[in-house]
Amino acid sequence: MTTTTLSAEPAASPPAVPSERQLIWRAFRQDKLAMLGVLVILFFVLTSLFAPLLTPYPAQGAGAPNIIEKFKAPSAEHPLGTDYLGRDVLARIFYGGRSSLTTGFLVVFLAVLIGAPLGAVAGYFGGRVDDVIMRITDVFLSFPPLLLAIAIATALGSGFVNTMIAIAITWWPWYTRLVRAQTVSLRERYFIEAARSIGVPSFKIIATHILPNVLTPVLVQGTMDLGSAILTGAAINFIGLGVQPPQADWGNMISQGRIYFIERPWFAGSAGVAIFLVVLSFNLIGDALRDAADPRTRRGEA
Amino acid sequence: MSGPLLIETRNLCKHFSAGGWLGGGKRVVRALDDVNLSIQQQETLGVVGESGCGKTTLGRVLLRLIEPTAGQILFEGRDIVPLKGEDLRRQARDMQIVFQNPYSSFDPRFSVRMSLAEPLQTHQGLQGAALEERASELLTQVGMPVDTLSRYPHEFSGGQLQRIAVARALALNPKFIVLDEPTSALDVSVQAQILNLLQDLQQRLNLTYLFISHDLSVVEYISSRIAVMYLGKVVELLPTALVSAGHAQHPYTQALLSAIPEVSVERRHKRTLLPKSVFEGKAQAGGCSFAPRCPFAMDVCRAVEPPLVELETGHLSACHLANEMQ
Amino acid sequence: MSQALLSIENLSVRFKTYAGVIHAVNGMTFDVRPGEIFGLVGESGCGKSVTGLAVVRTLPGSGRISGGRILFHGEDLAAKSEAEMQAIRGRRIAMVFQDPTASLNPVFTIGQQIDHIIRHHTGGDHETARRKALDWFNAVALPDPQAVYDTYPHRLSGGMQQRVMIAMALCSGAELLIADEPTTALDVTIQAQILELLVKLRDQQGISILLITHNLGVVAETCERVAVAYAGQIVETGPTPAVLARRLHPYTEGLLAALPTAVRKGQTLQPIAGQVPDGLQPIAGCPFHPRCGKALPVCAQVNPALLPVEHADHLTACHLYTEAAV
Repeated sequence: MTTTTLSAEPAASPPAVPSERQLIWRAFRQDKLAMLGVLVILFFVLTSLFAPLLTPYPAQGAGAPNIIEKFKAPSAEHPLGTDYLGRDVLARIFYGGRSSLTTGFLVVFLAVLIGAPLGAVAGYFGGRVDDVIMRITDVFLSFPPLLLAIAIATALGSGFVNTMIAIAITWWPWYTRLVRAQTVSLRERYFIEAARSIGVPSFKIIATHILPNVLTPVLVQGTMDLGSAILTGAAINFIGLGVQPPQADWGNMISQGRIYFIERPWFAGSAGVAIFLVVLSFNLIGDALRDAADPRTRRGEA
Repeated sequence: MSGPLLIETRNLCKHFSAGGWLGGGKRVVRALDDVNLSIQQQETLGVVGESGCGKTTLGRVLLRLIEPTAGQILFEGRDIVPLKGEDLRRQARDMQIVFQNPYSSFDPRFSVRMSLAEPLQTHQGLQGAALEERASELLTQVGMPVDTLSRYPHEFSGGQLQRIAVARALALNPKFIVLDEPTSALDVSVQAQILNLLQDLQQRLNLTYLFISHDLSVVEYISSRIAVMYLGKVVELLPTALVSAGHAQHPYTQALLSAIPEVSVERRHKRTLLPKSVFEGKAQAGGCSFAPRCPFAMDVCRAVEPPLVELETGHLSACHLANEMQ
Repeated sequence: MSQALLSIENLSVRFKTYAGVIHAVNGMTFDVRPGEIFGLVGESGCGKSVTGLAVVRTLPGSGRISGGRILFHGEDLAAKSEAEMQAIRGRRIAMVFQDPTASLNPVFTIGQQIDHIIRHHTGGDHETARRKALDWFNAVALPDPQAVYDTYPHRLSGGMQQRVMIAMALCSGAELLIADEPTTALDVTIQAQILELLVKLRDQQGISILLITHNLGVVAETCERVAVAYAGQIVETGPTPAVLARRLHPYTEGLLAALPTAVRKGQTLQPIAGQVPDGLQPIAGCPFHPRCGKALPVCAQVNPALLPVEHADHLTACHLYTEAAV
């Protein structure tokens, strides 16, 4: 009898069917705009990382004034001109990217770190636990996010880190909701029941089965949120709460440059364009990721 | 052959409540309603019924994946319903389950090795070489090659995955396995392979099965006794031989037998006990739950719920008509 | 041979996927005659569902007809434009699928949906359409047509939804109904009723039905003629009793022999060795030969043609019969 079962089923043939991840990546690659967005983001990330090496004016980027050269229009030595303190604007853009981009990434990271596990716990256990967590989430969601962030930032005091914490605190509830919804549907899948039937403890199930499987929607949402997080950071910096001058940040560059904008648009304008490009790129990437991740909207086969 | 009782359920009930918001009545769904079953060691008890009969709930309640509302579940004489925590986890070693959909039975992010490691690590703390050895052994038992370990679920066909699911169920050397429609999602030729495998394993490893299916011909092939369920109750319990001979007494069982399309003309004639006409009727409170659809319903059927009565040795039926004719 | 209503001639359908080109249908040939129920039977991956979709030209995704003809009353549907097909779908050829809940819009009443269909195809005012809808609801044996007309889909049981779907499919006068696994998702007693309904519609209204299914029992009890599909081709076709009794093609025989009802209790089941091809790697010669116990050397080289054996009406694609071909 064993021979019948052994010979009747030959070894698994080499995988002809690509995995879900491979399919998503391939579909994503097809979206030309999204790939352009990736290049734009890469550009800004690299320039802000290597800012001191890329600009001939590292000191000015960091804040050192150069009053003699103030208000210079774009030229060969200063491709984007100089600002009201004579600092090279291009250098300021590169240095400002550090603040703005880091804010975006860290805010989303923190929000996911807090929100995702809470959502998984709420979705998995249901009942009282679910109620408590979701009511807390609802409280946070009922505040207009920007106002809440400003309020918290004001309470915490100015500064780069405080700004990030403030924004992250307003952002985590969205991930809790998202992950909870995913968890509730995941909970019904047989492999979760199989793990329970084996006696795997609940927290282990959440950590090893639930969270890795909600990764894709969280990633998609996170990518789209990066742009918004950067915008929110810029807004907080714009009103003077976050990064303090002379440290560069695209938000405070706009706020400092706006009174000069009519006649000398280049420093506020450059910062604005930078924000615009980065946010747009993240949105394009996020859109493409979302379409690629959902088998129904995935760009089909040829 | 079969031996002493391995599992016994007494007055097992599972009620789900729905509704009850804003003045609307609270509805109670009796998924399991006073179920009394016993399964002997090394036998296969088949459970058939259509949607809503409670057979799926029964399988899960036995494993405490769903908590029963009332009643007892005796495993080797001990009631496992009150078990908690560590005791419950230890009990899990003796009772396992194989599900209907092999693709949904595995975490798509887990390799086969990781999926098989889950029970082995949780209970036996196996690691490294010992884990590898035991996992390979399990795969060989179900007729899968050892290089399966490094692969992922999406690389396999339904039949192959179901074999791996059986391997996982065997990991802790259980005594009892609930097979919840294990071949319903598989093609006929693959189903045959899996059924052969299950029977082979039962003999070699002295396993006891609860085989749940909506497909009566499959249940007849693999089971020694069959329980027919309808709306949460067992309406008939009888040896398979009686079913195959067309000697079912409960009208619902007869309806099932008549409704199944058969390839063989001979079988078709033998098993068409009722016309395949429309069973209509609105549900009513009290009385036999099948009465609204039953072609033989009498007044007593609509008023009094028929008890499950032994008609002859090993053949129980819950039907006033069948009882009368004894 | 009577003039065929629908004649599939050497049909090929291919899908482009990331893994490569899949030939879901690879030279399929059969015909459906007026006033008959024709069964297209096979396991998963044989191309039966794709064929049904190809006839009404609603192939999903990257599916394309890559060869062959689909003759309906002598006209090739494969060559028609989308505008021409829109005049045919619903009006002359209708289709019913496995899951009625997916086909019914949950936010509209049944009446609104069928009204829309009737008036789209045959014009007329609301009242005429309503009466026609109620007539059809009677024809499909719905117990309370007006109540069904006024209600929302989710309030109906699966069986009733499927009856509604059949009514919606046929209400505009279609003469050919393609039913793709219409009862697979239904309980067996409901399945029996729906199949009876299809037979009745054929008898009383002369509607021809192409019944696509994996269930050999359904085919045995409902279809006059049958075609057995494997790997996108037809391996055997003919009158149902003849095909089931003679089992000329080794695959037909293997399929029937693998059924649990084919062996006595206690005997091992007889699966077909190997697995169904995935459609990516083309198989030289006969697609079944790697799994065939009776394969000849020529089977690995030449794909046998579908030829009559013994009767002009019973064809099989197998080298074993080439000398015996009529």
